[in-house]
Amino acid sequence: MDARAALVRPTEHGLWCEAGGFHIDPCRPVDRALITHAHADHARPGSRHYLGAADGRALLRRRLGGDARVEGIGWGEHRRIGDVSVSFHPAGHVLGSAQVRIEHRGEVWVVSGDYKRDPDPTCRAFEPVRCDTFVTEATFALPAYVWPPARDVAADILGWWRANRDAGRPSVLFCYALGKAQRVLAELARLTDDAVYAHGAIVPLARLYRQAGVAMLPIESVDLRRRRAWDGELVIAPPGAAGTPWMRRFRGALTGFCSGWMRVRGNRRRRGYDRGFVLSDHADWPGLLATVRDTGAPRVLAMHGRDDALVRYLREQGLDAQSLATAFTGERPDATAPPG
Amino acid sequence: MRAFAALYDALDTTTSTSAKVAALAAHLRDAPAADAAWAVHLLAGGRLSRVAAPSELRDWLYRHAPWPEWLVEETAAAVGDTAETIALLMSAQPSAPDGGDDEDAADASLGLAAWIEQRLLPLRDCTRETREATVTHWWRSLDAERCFLVNKLMTGGLRVGVSRALVARAVAEVSGLDRAVVQHRMMGRWTPGAAAWHALVAPGDADADRSRPYPFFLASPLAAEESPADRLGDRRDWLAEWKWDGIRAQLVRRDGRTWLWTRGEELVTDRYPEVADAAATLPDGTVLDGELLAWDADGVMAFASLQRRIGRRRVSARLLAEVPVRLLAYDLLERHGTDLRNEPLAVRRRALETLLDAAPDALGVSPLLAAPDWPALAVARDDARARRVEGLMLKRVGSPYRVGRVRGDWWKWKLAPLTLDVVMLYAQPGRGRRANLYTDYTFGVRDGTALVPIAKAYSGLSNDEITRLDRWIRAHTTERFGPVRAVDAVQVFELAFEGIARSSRHKSGLALRFPRVVRRREDLGPDDADTLADARALLAGADEG
Ligand SMILES: [Zn+2]
Ligand SMILES: [Zn+2]
Repeated sequence: MDARAALVRPTEHGLWCEAGGFHIDPCRPVDRALITHAHADHARPGSRHYLGAADGRALLRRRLGGDARVEGIGWGEHRRIGDVSVSFHPAGHVLGSAQVRIEHRGEVWVVSGDYKRDPDPTCRAFEPVRCDTFVTEATFALPAYVWPPARDVAADILGWWRANRDAGRPSVLFCYALGKAQRVLAELARLTDDAVYAHGAIVPLARLYRQAGVAMLPIESVDLRRRRAWDGELVIAPPGAAGTPWMRRFRGALTGFCSGWMRVRGNRRRRGYDRGFVLSDHADWPGLLATVRDTGAPRVLAMHGRDDALVRYLREQGLDAQSLATAFTGERPDATAPPG
Repeated sequence: MRAFAALYDALDTTTSTSAKVAALAAHLRDAPAADAAWAVHLLAGGRLSRVAAPSELRDWLYRHAPWPEWLVEETAAAVGDTAETIALLMSAQPSAPDGGDDEDAADASLGLAAWIEQRLLPLRDCTRETREATVTHWWRSLDAERCFLVNKLMTGGLRVGVSRALVARAVAEVSGLDRAVVQHRMMGRWTPGAAAWHALVAPGDADADRSRPYPFFLASPLAAEESPADRLGDRRDWLAEWKWDGIRAQLVRRDGRTWLWTRGEELVTDRYPEVADAAATLPDGTVLDGELLAWDADGVMAFASLQRRIGRRRVSARLLAEVPVRLLAYDLLERHGTDLRNEPLAVRRRALETLLDAAPDALGVSPLLAAPDWPALAVARDDARARRVEGLMLKRVGSPYRVGRVRGDWWKWKLAPLTLDVVMLYAQPGRGRRANLYTDYTFGVRDGTALVPIAKAYSGLSNDEITRLDRWIRAHTTERFGPVRAVDAVQVFELAFEGIARSSRHKSGLALRFPRVVRRREDLGPDDADTLADARALLAGADEG
C-alpha cells in the first residue's frame, strides 16, 4: 500500500490520521485523540484533547481522570478536523463505544474499534457504515468462535447461581469490570430481581451505566458489607480479583468466567474456573464476516487477535485485505501468502 | 445419549469431587441398566475398540467443513482437540431452531448403550466410504455436546477428569454397597450391558465373577535420600522386602481354575504356563499378590529378559527354558475363600509362608530382610542394584491390605536414581541420523484429573523398541503442532533421573535433572502413572535431605 494514500496508518503512537492531524486510540500521549471506547487498551491518559461519543463521555472521564479535556459528540454528527470530516457511529461493544468514520476528498475510512453484532441492552447496536476502507478488529477471527444467544447464557448463569444457592455455596462470577459486568447485570434483570454483590471496581462503573438509563439488577458493594457468610449469593468480580486475598471471604465459592474464550473447552480447563460462560463483547466469526460484507468496503485492514486468519480468508474471497500491522511495512506476512 | 451428554457436561464443568460424585450418582440412578453399565465402563477409563482413527476424522473434517483446509487447521490448533474442533465447526449450531427432523428426534431418545451397540460398534466393519458418510451425517445432525462425545467415543476414550475410584464412589452411593466391594466388582473382565450393571449393584457379596482379582494396594515413593527413621519411626513396626523389578500380578485360584491378572487388569494366565501349572497345587479360594519375575538357576534375571515373555501369548518350549518365570508372592489376600485383607500384614504374611512352604519353584515367597535397624537396612539397600532389585519395600506390620494408593503403610524406598512412572504426551523427531524417527518424548504425571508435562527425555530405549514406538506414535497422533505430535496419553514409561528441584519455568513447577527413559511399562495404564504429588514428595525429601 502506498503510505501517502493511506488516510490512517499505524505509528508508534498508535493509529494516525495525517490529513486530520489526530490519533485514534493512541497508546502514548498526543495532542489530539479520538477515542473509540473507554477500555484501558483504547483510552489512555495524558493526551491534550480527547473526543469520544457523547454516550461514553462519563466513562471516558472516569478512565482518563477528572482534569482531562474530554469532548463528547453525538451519534452521526459531522465534525471538521483538519482536512477531514469525522463522525462517530455505534459499535455495540460497551456503553458509548464507537466506530470512527473519516472522510477525506470523497474517500471514506471506518475504524471499527472493538465491536459486536449481538444484541446488548447496555449500549446502542452496531451500525454498519459504508466505506472504502474498513479497519476491523479480529479478536475472535476463527470459525470456532460462534456465540450462543446472550439470553440463553444469562439463563445458564441464573441456573448455575440457583444450583449453587441450593447447595448453600456462594457463586463468584468473573466479568470484565467495564461492559461485561453491566451486560450480565442487565441480562439477568430480565430473569430475576434478586440483588447481586459486586467488587468495588465494578460499583462506580455500574452507577454510570444506571445514570445513562441502563436497567440492571440492584447491586451492593462487597466491600461495604460486613457479612460472615456469603452462602447462596452471587458476586460479580473482575478477573483480576481471582486468587487474591479478597476472595478468601467467599468460603466454598464456586467460580465462573464470562468470556468468548470460554467457547473452547481447553481454555475453560486451563483457567481453572468451575464454569465458563460464553459471553463476549467482540464480534464472533460470522459477525466479522457479516460486518465486512455490510460495510461494502473493497479494502479491509485487520488488527488484534487473529487478523492473520481473517486477512487470508478475505483475500481468498477476493477482497483486498491486509493485516494493519504489516500493511505499511512492505513485509509480506505468511498469512497472506497463497495457500500451500 | 442426551442424558449422558448432560452428565459429561456436568462432570466437565466442575472441579469439585463431591459435585462430580453427585452428578454421576444422579445419572446412574435414573439411567437404564445398560446405559449405566456403559457410563461406568467409559468413565472408569474403558474404551471402545476404535471405530475411526483420529487421522480419519481429521481427513473427513477437512473435506466436509465449509472452510478452507488451512483455516480448519488453524482452528484445530487453537482448539487443541480434534473431537472438539469438529463439534465446534460441524455440529448443528445452538442458534438453530429447535425440533429438527424426525431422525434427529430419534437420535435424542437413543440411549448411550444403543448408540454404542447399534450405531458405533457395527460401523467398525463398514467400508471407509460408509463410515465417512455416516459419521459426517451425525456431525451435522447432532448438537455440539453429542457430536463431541460421539467423536471421543469413536476414537477411543473419554477423558473427563473422573477416576475409577470416583466412579466406584458413585456406584457405592447408588447401590448402598461398600466402596471397596464396588471397586472389587469393577476389577477384571467387564462386558458392559444390563446384566453387568445389575451384577455391579447387586446386594450382598455373592459374586458371580469368580475370576476377579482384588484392587491392588499401591506403595508410595520415599525419596532415596530420605531417612526412614524420621519418617517411619521404629524399625520394628516395619517389614522390609526387596522391591522387585518385574510385573505386579495377582494370582486367583478358585473353583479349580487359575487366573493371573496384572496390575493393568490384563489377564495373562496363558502367557506364564509355568506359574499357572504351579498354581494348580494351591487350594481353592486362594489369592496371591506378588511379582512376576524372570528367574533362572542364578536367581532373578534382568527385566530385559522378562520383556521377551511379556508380549508373547504363545510361549515356545525354548523360550520357556531360556526365560523361566516365577511369581514371587508377598501377600495373601484370600485363604480358603475368606477375604484376609483386613487382617494385619504380619498375620497374612505368616499364612502366606505356611501356604507356599512346599509349593513348586514357580511360586515363591518374597523374603524379608532381617537387618535390625534403619542404618543396616540402608546398607542392604545399597546392595540392591547388584541383586537386580530396585530398592526396598517397607510395609507396616499391622497394616491391612488397602485399596489403591493410600499413603502411609506401604513405601517403596528405591535406590537412587529416582524414578517416576510417567505418561507420554508428545513426541518429536530426533536429530541427524534419527530425524525420521520420533525419539524425543515429553512425559507427564497425573495432577488430579489432568496430565501435567514434567520432563522431556530422549529415548533410552533399544532400537527395536524405538521403531515400534515410532509406528505407534504415528498411528496414535491426536494433534500436531509443527513437528511435535500429541499422542493418545495411554503409554506409561519409567523415567529415571538424578535429582528434582523446584522450577518456575515448568508448568509442573518441577524440573528433573538428567531424565531418561528406563523402559516402557506395558503393564501399567495411564491411571497407574505417578502423580504430581508423588513427584513433589520426592522434592520434599530432597529438600530435607
Ligand atoms: Zn474493548
Ligand atoms: Zn480492545
